[in-house]
Amino acid sequence: MDIPYTVEARPDTGLYNAKVGIWLFLASEVMLFGALFSTYILLRVGAPEGFWPHGWLNIPVGTVNTLVLITSSITTVMAWASLKMNQFGRFKFFHACTLCLALTFVGIKSYEYHDKFMHYEITLKDGRIADGHLVKRTADQVVISGHYVEDRKELFDLRAGGPPHEHTEITIPQAQIKKMENYGPWHTTYLAIYFTLTGLHALHVIGGAIVIGFLWGPGSKLWKTDPDRFTNRIEISGLFWHFVDLVWIFLFPVLYLL
Amino acid sequence: MSDQSADHFSHHIRRYLFVFYALLFGTLITVAASYIPFGNRAMNIAVALVIAICKASLVGCYFMHLISERKMIYFILAFTTFFFAGLMFLTLWSFSDPPWHTVTH
Repeated sequence: MDIPYTVEARPDTGLYNAKVGIWLFLASEVMLFGALFSTYILLRVGAPEGFWPHGWLNIPVGTVNTLVLITSSITTVMAWASLKMNQFGRFKFFHACTLCLALTFVGIKSYEYHDKFMHYEITLKDGRIADGHLVKRTADQVVISGHYVEDRKELFDLRAGGPPHEHTEITIPQAQIKKMENYGPWHTTYLAIYFTLTGLHALHVIGGAIVIGFLWGPGSKLWKTDPDRFTNRIEISGLFWHFVDLVWIFLFPVLYLL
Repeated sequence: MSDQSADHFSHHIRRYLFVFYALLFGTLITVAASYIPFGNRAMNIAVALVIAICKASLVGCYFMHLISERKMIYFILAFTTFFFAGLMFLTLWSFSDPPWHTVTH
């Protein structure tokens, strides 16, 4: 049995069915991310004065990842245009580029997550706070590369313009530690919404990369038997990919810069 | 593939490349603007969001071909815009009507 309207347009919508389907799906995705952006606004506005973090994320790394995703968007649209021009070899090249860029994005994001999970805030029993990246942890002591602060508020605005903290190797006996917590989603509401938003976005990137990988590899056999239908599949996966790029265009300034 | 169609797409490709360069430029401008003190943080947020909206419009209009789509897609997007705007309106409205005993800072 043939599936209707995979290539030719349905008379009532003027579109092939998959295109209506992907736009309905993207509409639901707008509401999903919209709810999380709404959560971000509520958390940010509700945060006490001076306790919403600034400069906690690496801006050059985030900028590179943004450029990677934008580049993957142009390679996606070029792959589709190549099929429209009947150039299957060029399509293979551009789609392979998209796949590599998607994996690069996930790799850079993983590096950023790892950095946060290795970053610790340690409250000592004498009231001081040590902040830095974990070097070594034994049963007796913890070694971090970081600095001490007297007031926890000093840790929040790292873009305030003051002199940068000098990082040294600090050895802290376990007996002096009152509380030790890494910069995971449990650390602050900022990190909770950061991991939720970027984690959900990363899942979309991974999902999109799986589909792109399939259409680049075994799925591309369809080109030989039904090129129009295959081209439509590339258009649909491309629309999803552009949406993923579009979400990141808002996530980057909101989480990294503001 | 006819020559006419190839010409038609080479015109499109030039446009895609132009949008790509605009997006790269927009990203760099976003980062640079975040280092400029515009007076208060609200102004910096407004500038960053305006640039992000411009970039998103370029992606939507040209990469997602919304500039020349069928009415059906616009119809779906009109509903989406309505509900998204409603969600944001409710979020902002909640600030003027907090529940009792809410601790405000």
